[in-house]
Amino acid sequence: MNWLKPSWQAVIAIVLCLIAVALGAMSKPEAAALADPTASIDYPYLGTKGLMLGLAVVAALISMVRIPSVAEAVVLFIGAHLVAWLLISGITGFEGTALAPYFLLLTAAWLLGWRCVAVLSGLRPPASWARTTLRLIIPAIFGAWILIIWEAVTRGAGIPFILLPPPSAIGARIASSLPVLGADVRQTIFKAVLFGYVVGSGAGFITAILADRVPFLRRGLLPIGNMVSALPIIGVAPIMVMWFGFDWQSKAAVVIIMTFFPMLVNTVAGLAASGHMERDLMRTYASGYWPTLIKLRLPAAAPFIFNALKINSTLALIGAIVAEFFGTPVVGMGFRISTEVGRMNIDMVWAEIAVAALAGSVFYGVVALVERAVTFWHPSVRGG
Amino acid sequence: MDTFRDKLIPVTSILAGVIVLWYVFAVILNTPFQRDLDRRANETSTFSELIGKTLSQPKPTLPAPHQVAVNFFENTFLRPINSNRSLVYNAWVTLSSTLLGFAFGTALGIVIAVGIVHVATLDRSLMPWIIASQTIPILAVAPMIIVVLAAIGITGLIPKAMISTYLSFFPVTVGMVKGLRSPEIMHLDLMHTYNASRTQTFWKLRVPASVPFLFTSMKVAVAASLVGAIVGELPTGAVAGIGAKLLAGAYYSQSIDIWSALVAGSIVAALLVMVVGIAGRLVDRAMGGRPA
Repeated sequence: MNWLKPSWQAVIAIVLCLIAVALGAMSKPEAAALADPTASIDYPYLGTKGLMLGLAVVAALISMVRIPSVAEAVVLFIGAHLVAWLLISGITGFEGTALAPYFLLLTAAWLLGWRCVAVLSGLRPPASWARTTLRLIIPAIFGAWILIIWEAVTRGAGIPFILLPPPSAIGARIASSLPVLGADVRQTIFKAVLFGYVVGSGAGFITAILADRVPFLRRGLLPIGNMVSALPIIGVAPIMVMWFGFDWQSKAAVVIIMTFFPMLVNTVAGLAASGHMERDLMRTYASGYWPTLIKLRLPAAAPFIFNALKINSTLALIGAIVAEFFGTPVVGMGFRISTEVGRMNIDMVWAEIAVAALAGSVFYGVVALVERAVTFWHPSVRGG
Repeated sequence: MDTFRDKLIPVTSILAGVIVLWYVFAVILNTPFQRDLDRRANETSTFSELIGKTLSQPKPTLPAPHQVAVNFFENTFLRPINSNRSLVYNAWVTLSSTLLGFAFGTALGIVIAVGIVHVATLDRSLMPWIIASQTIPILAVAPMIIVVLAAIGITGLIPKAMISTYLSFFPVTVGMVKGLRSPEIMHLDLMHTYNASRTQTFWKLRVPASVPFLFTSMKVAVAASLVGAIVGELPTGAVAGIGAKLLAGAYYSQSIDIWSALVAGSIVAALLVMVVGIAGRLVDRAMGGRPA
């Protein structure tokens, strides 16, 4: 049996396929058609049922043969995703009628996908571009399978639209309401978040420099800053709305308060990061406070400052969106989420969340890129 | 390093400065409205009278610290605990969902971390998503979870606890993965020379090594889960809880109520973080840890 290398995922996938064959009908209309052969009932997977089962079993069998890992991964990838695609496209028009074999087949395809990821994780290609690609592909397959299972289960089991709309509906909603989403992003992100983020982080930074200059201030502010970071600062949102009105200024104020303390604490910690040796060296050069700060201590503090900027990028979005729950003009991401929930337009809410997630990731990504460019000397960046 | 006594004087003087500034701003911010009131009542008040009045408005723009303190004291100690205006009652409502969510979140975080450390596939595929999810404003999902679960008949504690769970499991997962991986290669090799099984290595080396990481991330997680519980109360239509008090205060412009609810929330947060910190120290001592 040297040519065989069994894997539990593939074995279970084959077993599931066999059970699916034994159980028969994939959907209720098909069961009805089988029960009454004379009636002409339209049912899904008329021609593709055998194809799907065959694909899954063949892919599972090939994966257990001793072939190169890359070939195995490709076979599994094609098999798993083709089956999933056939399953999802086949159920169109018959939502909510799926029976047990449908879910068994879905599980089998998912197991093949898992096996594919497992094989890919085991690969150690010598070329660096291949390693980078692998690092991207593996989580991408995982994410794709979350979407596939979400889509297949919501449509197969006919989960009510207001509970959990399938991803395809959310995508369609995003595509059809781009102007609304764009206006919300402009209101929330380009006005409130960016302004608050810049001012809040800037104020935290300047206060940190001040605290660095005055040790008394540092000893007093640091414990307070550490404690404040554990408090539910988001609660000041209603007060800010009362003070600054419904428009973006009140949201920016919340963002300023939320981003101030992480920046303060991290910058103070960063300014203490440069070593005694280096500081002594600067002293021997007769460098004063400001040249030392700019040429030695701020660059040494850069990793800490960027850490704060990354934390703040998420906090700023959260602050602005939650502050909008307390009152807004009729535009803004938080406003849209809370009103569309009330009107049970759950797909619009998901669309807004997807946009928020995208904006958050882009925001974080930009900060991370700037960090790589600025702290190119740091071991964590140099090491790859 | 700064000792506690070195910190005490600066911290108290800065806090005192904050309170003085607070009074100054309370006078400045409340003055326009007070002048307006005086003009309508055809009164002219002297400067000292004006200051006195600005600090005792029923719905001030910025309540003075003593107004907040009085309101907080009344609502905490003078009301029966089961009254829904009592801050103790509201804090308890929030605290119960916080704790439930925190317990679930910590358990889930630990389980996921153990999975990530032991299954290479999960490490390569799940870990990037967990890190990416940190960049997403998750709190935006809160109202939807509440309303959707209410639509299928789940209300009360569970939906709020779910939001807390969601917020608290990320820090625990990330911290525990770091902690379970913290044993050095030397130690792992030593376990190998003892012919220790994976289970033995896990329980005798990885778990003890991860405990400090666990408690550090639990501090972050408990604060996050309180925020989750408070935000989770916002869309429920203001029944009970600190978030509900905030929302009701915002609707009726009861600024003093908002501030005292904020104080209550801050006290709960500080207590929670302190309890986790003390528990961490006790566990550390019970495991034979010595101060480094």
